[in-house]
Amino acid sequence: MTRSRAAYDDVVVAVPVTVPYVRYSIRGAHWFLAAALAALIKRAGLGKDQIDGLCVSSFTLAPDTAVGLTQHLGLTLRWLDHIPMGGACGIVALRRAARAVQSGDAEMVACIAGDTNHTHSFRLNLATFSQFARDAVYPYGAGGANASFAFLTAYYMRVYGATREDFGKLCVAQRANALQFPHALMKKPLTLDAYLNARLIADPLRLYDCVMPCAGAEAFLVLRRAAAEELGLPYARILATIERHNAFPDDPVQYRGGWALDRDELYAQAGVGPKDIDVLAAYDDYPVITLMQLEDLGFCDKGGGPDFVRRESFTAAGSFPLNTSGGQLSVGQAGAAGGFLGLVEIIRQVTRKPLGAAVDNARLGLASGFGMINYDRGLCSGAAILAADQ
Amino acid sequence: MTRPPVRPPRKNPILRTRLPTLPPAARSRVALGLTAAAARGRFELQVCRDCGTVQYPPREACRACLSPRLDWRVQDGNGELVAETTLRHSHELFFRERMPWRLGLIKLDSGPLVVAHLHGDCGSPPARVRVRAHLDRAGQAALLALPDKDTPHMADDRELRELTCDPKFRKVLVTDAKTPLGQALVEGLAGAGADLVWAGAAEPWKKPPGFERVKALPQVAIVPLDLTDSRAVKELAGEIGGRVDILINNADHHRNFGIAARDGVETARAEMDINYFGLLRLAQEFAPAMRARGADGPSSAVAWVNVLSVFALSNFPPHGTYSASKAAALSLSQCLRAELAPAGVRVINVFPGPIDDEWNQTLPPPKIAPARLAADIVTALRGGAEDVFPGDVAQDWLERWRDNPKALERELAAMPKQ
Ligand SMILES: [Zn+2]
Repeated sequence: MTRSRAAYDDVVVAVPVTVPYVRYSIRGAHWFLAAALAALIKRAGLGKDQIDGLCVSSFTLAPDTAVGLTQHLGLTLRWLDHIPMGGACGIVALRRAARAVQSGDAEMVACIAGDTNHTHSFRLNLATFSQFARDAVYPYGAGGANASFAFLTAYYMRVYGATREDFGKLCVAQRANALQFPHALMKKPLTLDAYLNARLIADPLRLYDCVMPCAGAEAFLVLRRAAAEELGLPYARILATIERHNAFPDDPVQYRGGWALDRDELYAQAGVGPKDIDVLAAYDDYPVITLMQLEDLGFCDKGGGPDFVRRESFTAAGSFPLNTSGGQLSVGQAGAAGGFLGLVEIIRQVTRKPLGAAVDNARLGLASGFGMINYDRGLCSGAAILAADQ
Repeated sequence: MTRPPVRPPRKNPILRTRLPTLPPAARSRVALGLTAAAARGRFELQVCRDCGTVQYPPREACRACLSPRLDWRVQDGNGELVAETTLRHSHELFFRERMPWRLGLIKLDSGPLVVAHLHGDCGSPPARVRVRAHLDRAGQAALLALPDKDTPHMADDRELRELTCDPKFRKVLVTDAKTPLGQALVEGLAGAGADLVWAGAAEPWKKPPGFERVKALPQVAIVPLDLTDSRAVKELAGEIGGRVDILINNADHHRNFGIAARDGVETARAEMDINYFGLLRLAQEFAPAMRARGADGPSSAVAWVNVLSVFALSNFPPHGTYSASKAAALSLSQCLRAELAPAGVRVINVFPGPIDDEWNQTLPPPKIAPARLAADIVTALRGGAEDVFPGDVAQDWLERWRDNPKALERELAAMPKQ
């Protein structure tokens, strides 16, 4: 018999922060992380010395880690974590921080993620991303995740009958959401025609299938409910979370992620089902991975993604509100902040404080993360269900 | 299907020659096992000695049982192409200059999943393919998926040609065209589609049998070349050096004796003068131009071939000073390889066993026939290796040497004098 996991009791998440994104920056990652932390404590009404826990994610912080950041930003902490898990870092940071607060190891944990983007940093990061990427992908001319996602998009289309139009429908809806989100880098409407005829990047991927790398940061605060109420902060409750690494290693091509292993546990811990979710933030560095999450998180069956996309509508006012800030595809991918973007948006929606389009009566939100194309597939997956205060 | 290529247009001399770019060369040390095998023309992957798991990318431990006892074992490379893409964009200059570029994701029958360059004749997924390891222009192993069955003009595939030094449409200098090997080389290169073969001749008055036939080939131009004469080497380089795409240094001076059998150093000095200093003179005069032409269009400078000897690996006492001169040449060729590497020009070292010629007359067979050796050299140019051991004797020595160099030294010392 498996032991049931402890609930998160009265641990809550609050103060969603976005440091506006820019395409390129001459600043370092520390600048963006500092800006995120400054905004977080200001909005929370806290002094810097009241933050006793910090969780950091960044690709461009080298040679520093979270440790160097404590001295850089003058923080004295009793709990510190560094989570190099790319697109899953937001979910994982939430999990770590929530347990730290729940156990009393820390009271106020600031979770921050951000990166800078110099004109050459993307290329340098690609070349040194992982040992397998350096040995077995990069020498083939494949820049970062494009080739890997081209393979799995092509495979998914061949096996499950998804079409370019299906992916395009998601991208067009997300752009419509982004037009209302003040921090989105993409500010022009996207038509399906423009999506379908965009410049080829790596067949079958075209320009609007790929995120735009940029600089920026995101943050949130994990604390006790009582503390949030005392500070007068709107908060979301944490109903359930999951994470998984290197799931299904023997699948020839990635057509499912770790969610498929863990979703039953996710919904059981939350005491809700997929039909109860009011708003979904799926990790969307490429649209195919959104379809996989729709399947693996139980919104439809495996292979049912294309039909689901054809059936539903995805703007904030649609039948299935998805990536309501515009997602990375329309907001931009600020490195590790991309792993926070969806979670931060779900906090905003369920606390009824969206910066852009609001989902009516959003009570339950699900944020999903996916990250780290170490070689041929994304290794980290995670998800969290957040609920509005009763 | 790959279409037979048309001869590239003559180069416009006013245009600037493109500077060579290379594919990314950085690898972890453990991944260099793939390069070591590819250098000998083999596709090897790590196989766990304890549980038999075959794995890729290379790792420090078995992914199944965590054993560190990993052996590199030859693979047949058969597998299924499960997905493909065509890159239209790359962050690396080398690929930017060569877009579009086809890549495949292949599930090998032995288990691992590999990303590989994808030959144009491979069908759409799912399709059966054969994966090979070649050295790329950076000198590192790269995997290439070929169609299940050979296709016409297969060697002319654009991506494959970036991984080979095919003599087709290229200009080749053979440094000594008068020996049986030299003649076979010139004929073999002409047959392989070389545009022009400069046939080096040290002593114009000598008319060895068969040379008239070689001379009459339409692609062949006889050029005076004496590797012991620095000025002659320089003059020839001044004349043709800027056009040589492939240089094959087969000039060789071979006398059979050890130390005790002879007084003085004159014969040994003569061996060194051709086998070692000859290579040095050639390298000083011809390498700079080849280095500058590593990216000179579809028929750029691509390869430098040294015909060494398997005696370079370990001294064969009956041919002791000759072995020493070839060992010196091997060492120098490694220096040349390093200096040509930034241009993507491959240095191929050929280590034949005894050649069936007058200087090995007293050695018992097996000996490699000059025609066979020449054919192996042309094959090496069309392949992806940089160290070639043609013939049974060379293969036997190589295996012994790799297994235990000290044991080979003892075995060679114990061989009867001829
Ligand atoms: Zn094992």
